[in-house]
Amino acid sequence: MTGLFRSLIGVSALALAASSATAQTELRMMWYNDGVEGEVMETILERFEAEHPDITVTLDVVPYKAVLESLPIQLAAGEGPDIARVTDLGGLSPYYLDMTTYLSDPDYWRENFGPFLAWLDPDGSSISGFMTQLTVTGPYVNKTLFEQAGVEMPGEGATWDDWAAASREVAGALDIPIPMAWDRSGHRVAGPAISMGAKMFDPDGAPHLVDDGLKSMATTLYDWHQDGTMSKELWGSVSGSTYLGANEDFANAQVVMYMSGSWQVPQFAETIGDAFDWWAVPAPCGPAACSGMPGGAALVAMADTDHPEEVVTLMEYLSSEEVLAEFYGKTLFIPGHLGLAKGGVDFATDDPRASHALQTFAGAVPTISPVAYELQGYVNNRIMFNALISRLGEAIVGEMTLDQAFDRMSDDVAKQIAEKERE
Amino acid sequence: MAAQNEARAGLGARLTTAAGWPLRAAFRLLDVPLKVVQRLVGIRGMPWVFLLPNLAFFGIFVVIPVFINFGFSLTGGTQLFLTDRVYTGTEQYAFLLDCERFADPLTCREDRFWRGIYNTGFFIVFQVAFLVLFSLVTALVLNREIRARGFFRAVFFFPVLLSPVVVALIWKWILLRDGLLNAALVSLGFDKILFFVSPEWAMFWAIFVSIWAHMGFYTLILLAGLQAIPPDLYEAAEMDGTRPMRVFRRITLPLLWPTMVVVIVLALIKGVQIFDEVYVLTGGGPGTATQFIVQYIYNTAFTEQVQNFGLAAAASVVLGLVLFVLTMLQLAAARRRDAGESDG
Repeated sequence: MTGLFRSLIGVSALALAASSATAQTELRMMWYNDGVEGEVMETILERFEAEHPDITVTLDVVPYKAVLESLPIQLAAGEGPDIARVTDLGGLSPYYLDMTTYLSDPDYWRENFGPFLAWLDPDGSSISGFMTQLTVTGPYVNKTLFEQAGVEMPGEGATWDDWAAASREVAGALDIPIPMAWDRSGHRVAGPAISMGAKMFDPDGAPHLVDDGLKSMATTLYDWHQDGTMSKELWGSVSGSTYLGANEDFANAQVVMYMSGSWQVPQFAETIGDAFDWWAVPAPCGPAACSGMPGGAALVAMADTDHPEEVVTLMEYLSSEEVLAEFYGKTLFIPGHLGLAKGGVDFATDDPRASHALQTFAGAVPTISPVAYELQGYVNNRIMFNALISRLGEAIVGEMTLDQAFDRMSDDVAKQIAEKERE
Repeated sequence: MAAQNEARAGLGARLTTAAGWPLRAAFRLLDVPLKVVQRLVGIRGMPWVFLLPNLAFFGIFVVIPVFINFGFSLTGGTQLFLTDRVYTGTEQYAFLLDCERFADPLTCREDRFWRGIYNTGFFIVFQVAFLVLFSLVTALVLNREIRARGFFRAVFFFPVLLSPVVVALIWKWILLRDGLLNAALVSLGFDKILFFVSPEWAMFWAIFVSIWAHMGFYTLILLAGLQAIPPDLYEAAEMDGTRPMRVFRRITLPLLWPTMVVVIVLALIKGVQIFDEVYVLTGGGPGTATQFIVQYIYNTAFTEQVQNFGLAAAASVVLGLVLFVLTMLQLAAARRRDAGESDG
């Protein structure tokens, strides 16, 4: 009996020791998907876990809306994930971990992610993450419909009005319900507004949303909704700053021209494939520029993590050139790594439409206005985007005049910034 | 035969006794501490002891949050925790109530709050009225001896079991441009209707879907009320040759009235709180045509880059006061009517 008791004690002690030896650090990563990037990331994380048996990573895939609305609350409550994929790059910067002291080679990060690190830390020089994708806003057209209608696509230097007229002609000829659709997003409107001359900031650098350039673009959008160029179903059918995309309508050939951005490429390659020729075209021009908006998503480490060293180990692995080349290549994302951008990424597609779209968006980068970069780096840019979209939407459905909408936009921006700056 | 029945009854009693043994043991165990508690608080204090768990739950999850919310409404800034926030006094209330003409939301600084109030007012007037009317009619029909009555009761109750999001998605698929309803209209030779682009249609469907989703619940309450009316009253009326409409006005309606008050108050409170179904169905649009007060609070607190918890909390307090006043008015009206009837 004593022998049995001793054996039991021994086995228990061994089990305890074994469990301590294999004790793992669990990291949680909040993630959303535009296309196939979640699957790609999962395979990369499996390899990481195999190489680092002491760390497990749980990928919490959530809707994009949760990243915008729930993540800030979680972070403010100190209950956020260790790492998250975010698009409000500057707005969430107070919650980021400065990884500089933990990194084995901070210069690698500065060299390859340099310009984008400032988006993550507008007031400092910390290193908190890297871009999982760079994006450029711009339009897609259904080239097949243009060919079927016998309408020539406007060429280089064409304006938004040229494209609107051509889209209306195609839609009229083929009975397509929506000539033109734009994502219901202030970010999408900002590039064209800047092309029309919007400055977004006053000479002192303070936000100044409503000026002649913005009024010009907003008035054009308003008119397009009234004359049927754009359907009120998208911009008029919801309230506030709710995001709505027309990607499904475009994929179903219900739209001739669709203003969105480079992140749609992998999705269109999958959902549309060769059903019709979906073609990315350069950003149409205005008097001031032919600009889209830069942007993108970043993977950032959070300061509230209990495991900063393990988080940095993972971030270093994910940001390595080899891993990022695989990630960008498989996801068809424009690289946010300068070395890879220069050297070129081997995109995993033989779809000529996807290749053309990626080239078009990459080629659009030099035409992006400096104002657009400044706006993208501005920490309160979502306040401006949301005020623009919500008030313009209310004017489009007739709840107020355009002038009243412009006044409300300015008030909304001023009020929200004042609220944020209360000490 | 009688002996067999007796034997069966004896067996049943023994089984009941055997099955009840653990319960009796548990009650005996409880008996000792309860006697101690009774000695401490006295017999008059015992009801409070039994109420305590519920009161604690209600206090922690309802009363305390109400006070915390009120605290938030007196603060500003974007900090999450009350202790970190800036005290602003009644500034948020002043901002909400800053209007040149209350009848015109565009003259108010926070126009969306007032649009939310007016939309909610419009919604509850029609939603509650038609909800109660349809529930009453359905309950009256289901209370009659009709074929497959159980089946129809289940059919009317089924939508109540669905999640509001599921309800809204189902109707959204029906009402979209290429949805079932438009397909039916086109097949009948009509044009498609963009239901979610027209403010009037959007409000109509918001009310309709809400009634469809909740009617079963209120029908069930009214049905229970109808079944509680003594049948001999109807038999007496029938013997007197009273016309059905008179029976309804003189017997059914007065005796059902207490249940109706419950239904109206519940429907009113639920109506003011409307959010999830309409949020999924119309997103509050077009423009702000179906943006109700709870969605305004949600948007203000959570969807903007600057999450204005102070303003949202102030709007919640205003909403709470409106609900309180409505409920009191409703109850007062019911009491007055009851008093009038007993006097008469």
